[in-house]
Amino acid sequence: MSASTASHLHTKDDHDHHHGPRKGLMRWVLTTNHKDIGTLYLWLSFASFLIGGVLALLIRMELFKPGMQLVNPEFFNQLTTLHGLIMVFGAIMPAFVGLANWLLPIMLGAPDMALPRLNNWSFWILPFAFSMLLSTLFMEGSAPNFGWTFYAPLSTEYGPPSTDFFIFAIHMMGISSIMGAINVIATILNMRAPGMTLMKMPIFCWTWLITAFLLIAVMPVLAGAVTMMLTDRHFGTSFFSAGGGGDPIMFQHIFWFFGHPEVYIMILPAFGIISQILPTFSRKPLFGYASMVYATCAIALLSFTVWAHHMFTVGMPLAGELFFMYATMLIAVPTGVKVFNWAATMYRGSLSFETPMLFALAFIFLFTLGGFSGMMLSITPADFQYHDTYFVVAHFHYVLVPGALFSIFAAVYYWLPKWTGHYYSEILGKTHFWLSVISMNVTFFPMHFLGLAGMPRRIPDYALQFANFNQIASIGAFVFGASQVFFLYIVIKTIRNGKKATDQVWENAHGLEWTLPSPAPYHTFTTPPVVK
Amino acid sequence: MSLTWTKSLKVFLGAVLSFGFSSSTWADYTLNMTQGVSSVSARIYDLHMIIFWICTIIAILVYSVMIYSIIRHRKSRGYKAAEFHESTTVEIIWTIIPFFILIAMAIPATSTLFDMEDVSDSDLTIKVTGYRWYWHYDYLDEDISFFSRLTTPDDQVYNLVPKGEHYLLEVDNHLVVPVGKKIRFLIGSKDVIHSWWVPAFGVKKDAIPGFIRQIWTQIDVDKPGIYRGQCAELCGAKHGYMPIVVEAKPYDEYVKWLEEQKQKQAAASADEDKEWSYDELMVKGEKEYNMVCAMCHQASGKGLPPTFPSLVDSPIVRTKDQRIHHIRNVLYGKNAMPAFGEQLSDVQIAAIITYERNAWGHETKEMVQPQEVKEQRQKG
Repeated sequence: MSASTASHLHTKDDHDHHHGPRKGLMRWVLTTNHKDIGTLYLWLSFASFLIGGVLALLIRMELFKPGMQLVNPEFFNQLTTLHGLIMVFGAIMPAFVGLANWLLPIMLGAPDMALPRLNNWSFWILPFAFSMLLSTLFMEGSAPNFGWTFYAPLSTEYGPPSTDFFIFAIHMMGISSIMGAINVIATILNMRAPGMTLMKMPIFCWTWLITAFLLIAVMPVLAGAVTMMLTDRHFGTSFFSAGGGGDPIMFQHIFWFFGHPEVYIMILPAFGIISQILPTFSRKPLFGYASMVYATCAIALLSFTVWAHHMFTVGMPLAGELFFMYATMLIAVPTGVKVFNWAATMYRGSLSFETPMLFALAFIFLFTLGGFSGMMLSITPADFQYHDTYFVVAHFHYVLVPGALFSIFAAVYYWLPKWTGHYYSEILGKTHFWLSVISMNVTFFPMHFLGLAGMPRRIPDYALQFANFNQIASIGAFVFGASQVFFLYIVIKTIRNGKKATDQVWENAHGLEWTLPSPAPYHTFTTPPVVK
Repeated sequence: MSLTWTKSLKVFLGAVLSFGFSSSTWADYTLNMTQGVSSVSARIYDLHMIIFWICTIIAILVYSVMIYSIIRHRKSRGYKAAEFHESTTVEIIWTIIPFFILIAMAIPATSTLFDMEDVSDSDLTIKVTGYRWYWHYDYLDEDISFFSRLTTPDDQVYNLVPKGEHYLLEVDNHLVVPVGKKIRFLIGSKDVIHSWWVPAFGVKKDAIPGFIRQIWTQIDVDKPGIYRGQCAELCGAKHGYMPIVVEAKPYDEYVKWLEEQKQKQAAASADEDKEWSYDELMVKGEKEYNMVCAMCHQASGKGLPPTFPSLVDSPIVRTKDQRIHHIRNVLYGKNAMPAFGEQLSDVQIAAIITYERNAWGHETKEMVQPQEVKEQRQKG
């Protein structure tokens, strides 16, 4: 907050000319520069997003009308599985890590991440992990076909041979995430500029600090789950097989002990981004900075106590169902605090509506809507009707698309001038926004109705009464997909020949990053700025 | 079914506006959860609507502050920003009030949950077992059991003929239950996790291999009829093709139905001992094959290699010295092929094997009698 008071700066006449980037391809392979690595993460994420998107469009094409027309049910399951895995591990998570890489050092006034060589390693694991995951599509038998939740025994006893590749890929992604998280924590705790106390740190740094702890806590749990799967498949253990004394439900407990905090890993950095952007375009400080921090901590802690709300229908004891219902409902309190704070930030501000602000506003409106359906899902008796239907599909897409994804779009538009030194075209940006926000709602809103009417999720074909809404959803999906190709065009156009950006970029932007030239020089803050 | 997109948009907007109201304008578009035909499903529906309206009210409050700010407090209208950025009082208020709202929601939810989990004092018990990919029903007190499989023909699925009214929601044997009685269901599975869901009863429970779960329903006395549901947990390739059809009858009709079933099962066991003719076996075999085997091996016998191998010209199916293997494969399974010994009677297996050995141009003219299957079964 008080970062704008930073006085001392290194600019163009700095030592940059001594050690700029390496030339050619090796710059990217060997780089330890946080900006290069951030860029690599963001491009990898965008590539995954397009691949995951194509899989989603194949799904929506098949579901355009009842009957099987395009793919067979077996391949349909592979599509849903890979779509989920790629969007979670390939698109959303790497995008946030990319933003962390780009922004944390320049927000904290640090010269780079704390562990730059580790940083290179955590990135370069990922392209190999994803290639391996995608290669399963071309393997004999089939690609993983058991959903992104890969419940046992469908995945252990009935999974295709490629399941082993899937397990190995998950291990690699986990290693990458843990190393990245260690780096984030080390950077935030050790490399803040003099005078920047934790409670003066930009809120994006706070949310990422908490996210990094979540990652370190739960990625090993996922690794444990897939290792147990591997030994069940090949070494004669029966962790998840009742026939050998194990329990298929234990798999779900372990999976969701990872999986529930994981959904917060995909939303907490988004909260941070929105809390950076909203005050800029409201020309008013963030309302309740301290309570935002506490609310984020509360959400993170609660996220460890609610995993079994994904499993109300497996037949838990009544006491278990009650505990997980109450704990889940409680999450509404800190989440509510955040939404109220955002509304209060806007109230009596001086608002303007550049593209990042539009995405931030869509985030608040639509993420809240996803929160409401989450509230409904937390009520256990009602969950018996919602569970495993399109109502759930609608819910988590409302949290992940206008939530996580739109926050990433907002971030890209907001910091793109700082990254590239060029402004994006406001008209094109707004077009992208309106296309995305309308088509996204056309795609996912009807899914609420489908779920309530009784359409189970993950079915390749459906009864006639579900036809109309599915058709609407499919049309929306295609427009949404096309809008994202348009986004690619906007970004490339900005990099190549956008209008020159000023250092401040936005009228009311606060924070150390805006004290740097645009584009941000390859090495920044070789002498730390002082924050008062 | 086919809509222009402008019409779609209109329907979509209409749907958004009319959610929560029972409107006949959009009869084709079910917008809300069913109220169902049992006390539990009605209580769930009420809970659902309570939460929906609470969420709607909160949404209206929060959104109006934001929309008001967006309209009034904009820079383009020259509005000057205020400077405030915290207020402990309002922050405490908007932390505490939601707490009380949550408690208000938790009370009816808790009492409904107690009700749903109380399976005591049931009038009859039905064991439901999930298989890949159909259901088995076992009336524990009545010694009646049967499988229930999808009957929608492949030609409808692959768009070769028009689709029927209950496309994908029709089965050969309905689960028949009495209205007004408390029915306890025991849910289990033979292979992977399935989930038995009938929305009209407000009942959904996962079928977990190696474990038995309990649920119950009591259908309102004045609501006999046919209720449909589907498997709700991803269970493999045919997850979308294992519907549930329940026929609720008045108690006296239900008792009559039970009697008929018992006679049928007695007649079926007499069939085990009789010598069948070639034509009888072929007719029965084709029917059973299409019901049971075509799910993987296709009606054409060609399968979906490599997961489901082709039977056409397979040595096991067409050479004489592999005959015993053929029978044993069906009885005990092989690789991905499940064991059908428990599910199918000797007559059914004999008919299927006879059919397979003579269909698709095989014409071995061999017959397999139930007696022969029985021998293999006894060998184990």
